[in-house]
Amino acid sequence: MSSSTTPTHAIDMDNLGRGSATNQLADETACLEIKQLNLFYGEKQALYDIDMIIPKKRVTAYIGPSGCGKSTLLRCINRMNDLVDSVRVDGEILLDGQDIYDKSVNVADLRRRVGMVFQKPNPFPKTIYENVAYGLRLQGIKDRRRIDNVVEKALKGAALWEEVKDRLQESALGLSGGQQQRVVIARAIAIEPEVLLLDEPASALDPISTLKIEELIYELKNKYTIVIVTHNMQQAARVSDYTAFMYMGKLIEFGDTKTLFTNPREKQTEDYITGRYG
Amino acid sequence: MIRHWFQTGKPWIWFTASAVSISMILVFGLLLLIAARGLGHFWPGDILEFQYQEQGGETPILIGEIHDEEEVTAVRLRDAGIEIDGDDPVTRYLLKIGNRDIYGQDFRWVIEPNMRDLQKPEDLLTVERLEWGNFYGYLLSVKQAGATVAEGDAAWSALQERLSRTGNIQTEISSLEKSEIGAVNYGMERIRLEKRGLELDGDNDPVKLARLEKERAELQAEYNILKKRLVALYQKINRDSMILRSADGREVEISLAKVVKAYRPNAMSLLDKLGFYFAKIGEFLSDDPREANTEGGIFPAIFGTVMMVIIMSIMVVPFGVVAAVYLREYAKQGPLTRLIRIAVNNLAGVPSIVYGVFGLGFFVYFLGGNIDQLFFPEAAPAPTFGTPGIMWASLTLALLTVPVVIVATEEGLSRIPKAIREGSLALGATKAETLWRTVLPMASPAIMTGLILAIARAAGEVAPLMLVGVVKLAPSLPLDGNYPFLHLDRKFMHLGFHIYDVGFQSPNVEAARPLVYATALLLVLVIVVLNLAAIAIRNRLRERYRTLEN
Repeated sequence: MSSSTTPTHAIDMDNLGRGSATNQLADETACLEIKQLNLFYGEKQALYDIDMIIPKKRVTAYIGPSGCGKSTLLRCINRMNDLVDSVRVDGEILLDGQDIYDKSVNVADLRRRVGMVFQKPNPFPKTIYENVAYGLRLQGIKDRRRIDNVVEKALKGAALWEEVKDRLQESALGLSGGQQQRVVIARAIAIEPEVLLLDEPASALDPISTLKIEELIYELKNKYTIVIVTHNMQQAARVSDYTAFMYMGKLIEFGDTKTLFTNPREKQTEDYITGRYG
Repeated sequence: MIRHWFQTGKPWIWFTASAVSISMILVFGLLLLIAARGLGHFWPGDILEFQYQEQGGETPILIGEIHDEEEVTAVRLRDAGIEIDGDDPVTRYLLKIGNRDIYGQDFRWVIEPNMRDLQKPEDLLTVERLEWGNFYGYLLSVKQAGATVAEGDAAWSALQERLSRTGNIQTEISSLEKSEIGAVNYGMERIRLEKRGLELDGDNDPVKLARLEKERAELQAEYNILKKRLVALYQKINRDSMILRSADGREVEISLAKVVKAYRPNAMSLLDKLGFYFAKIGEFLSDDPREANTEGGIFPAIFGTVMMVIIMSIMVVPFGVVAAVYLREYAKQGPLTRLIRIAVNNLAGVPSIVYGVFGLGFFVYFLGGNIDQLFFPEAAPAPTFGTPGIMWASLTLALLTVPVVIVATEEGLSRIPKAIREGSLALGATKAETLWRTVLPMASPAIMTGLILAIARAAGEVAPLMLVGVVKLAPSLPLDGNYPFLHLDRKFMHLGFHIYDVGFQSPNVEAARPLVYATALLLVLVIVVLNLAAIAIRNRLRERYRTLEN
């Protein structure tokens, strides 16, 4: 803990993959299986033959230099890439054994099961309460007491309850960046997704807020499968159980965080984590 | 030196600032002119009495109010056949002499050098009448049922007493005629239409017919009672009259029933005049027009303008917003959407009279005609919706202003950050849900901006309205106490058209001119108020949906 109060420049090797040092990828239950995934922006290929398993109720981190495709891959998991006109996806992503790119899949349902938190806090210009209740209202839930309960639980889950319980009816835009990001996380967990995708959730925040978010991730993995994209290697090392290193649209190496950072198999991984590029 | 000054860039500041100043001066100058001319009309000016040297050598006594004045050169006057000494420019006054029933005209020009014995006698009376305009003269006596009851000094107080009595009866009569008898007439017409409808359906069910006949009889009985009351009131109001002496010594009897008010401006203190002034403005705002719109108030025109703008807003906003949502959110962006956008922008530049013609042809004759055939066959051959009316006028203006709303809404939609949309979609919202719950509320200030521009354009538009529903004088307001209360098929009055009508179609141009300014001022005020209301709503929405700062 002491070493993670501020992001350090050196990687704290003793604290890697907290609590999961003994875990082996082969022993985990798969939540998501990515199979032969290729993605094209028009003619340009952005992801090449990605194959990996994302274990259930663990934190999996994607690291890699800018433009390596880690965010693109993350956005494939809840089909956020569908919003871009020219995108074409080949291959499969199985969520609990079902291909999410199958024609029968309702994208809105999928996104309900796979929540997402973005790089910049993006609360709606509504009250804190309404932000968290948004997903419930979408599902047509009207029962006031039930919504109250869920909002409270979600805000507690996002470690924000104590800070905002007296001003739930104030605009979420009045909160600090870190609080806004936790509102967004509360909003995502209020609808109890199976998977939570975090796209550089702390990159726009100050160190203290970053720390809070990291602690929160650590808490959340008891309930959710978490996939996080980060360009901050220390962060990946601190919060994740498994780490995938991507480079130029390819998955170079994937393994438990401790092994990947201490004893990388690939030369490219070693170059990246020792700071030779990226 | 000059060169150095140019290099500092200051000339540019001066140049741009002067452009702003000139526009400000023009706008405020215009408003000031309208305000001064229009508001001055309600001030009770002094009445002058003087001896005037006519060209023929006669020297009649003239009584009147100075309405306007101008400097004229002696040469011009001589050219006009008026003899005059010296070559100095001469002041010429436009005198409102009133008494149109006696003189045949109520304005004349007089030149200052020929005016003698100028006086402002305190007992000179201005009588505002329901017909024939003002009367200026001396009060001689007041009569009741043909017998003189007061003369001389006592006449003035007797007149005031009796005028307030006739005023009360007048109010009673107009409320009786307008609301009670109006409601009976409306009911009769409804029964007639119902009966005709049954006839057309070939339905001669005796029960229904008997019911209608019974209702009709009830209304007829009610009407007879009202009619009796009305006759009695008319007898009462016609009881009193007064004898007045005009400037040329003629004695005229005027029934008090025909008098709106009588006052002695020369005897009024400044405070009295102020009170009179504001009462007069109040009348202007709240009364119906009289005398071919040159007298009385313009309330129906204010009401019609505001109501038309409101109905237009109700129609244009949903229509424009829905169109903009499709164009910006759903349509595949490409040459076709670009073409549509160009077309929409160009629509805003089409002359408004073209919209009027389209409204008349399509809305009134085609849509209205078909609606009549389908839903109001019993009223035929009299049209219900197949004739110009407030609904078609509002719809035509909605069509005229919809490009503005579309453009503004599109602008607003394009400014909503992508992150907000993604945030909503990531929670399992569909695109429609995202639009409805988040994007549109956030774009609402922009939509309001579009509405503000639409209102500004629509409220000032006149030309198309002349074809699709505005009339010189509407017998009843589009909103009244008779079921179904809102009568969208009715014709209505409009301030813009009122300005045109009073200014250019009036038989009494001089009397109408100040009213043109007053009405113009009022139209500007109405537009300002409507706009301020919309701006206030927009600012509240902005505050509420303030987007992220960065």
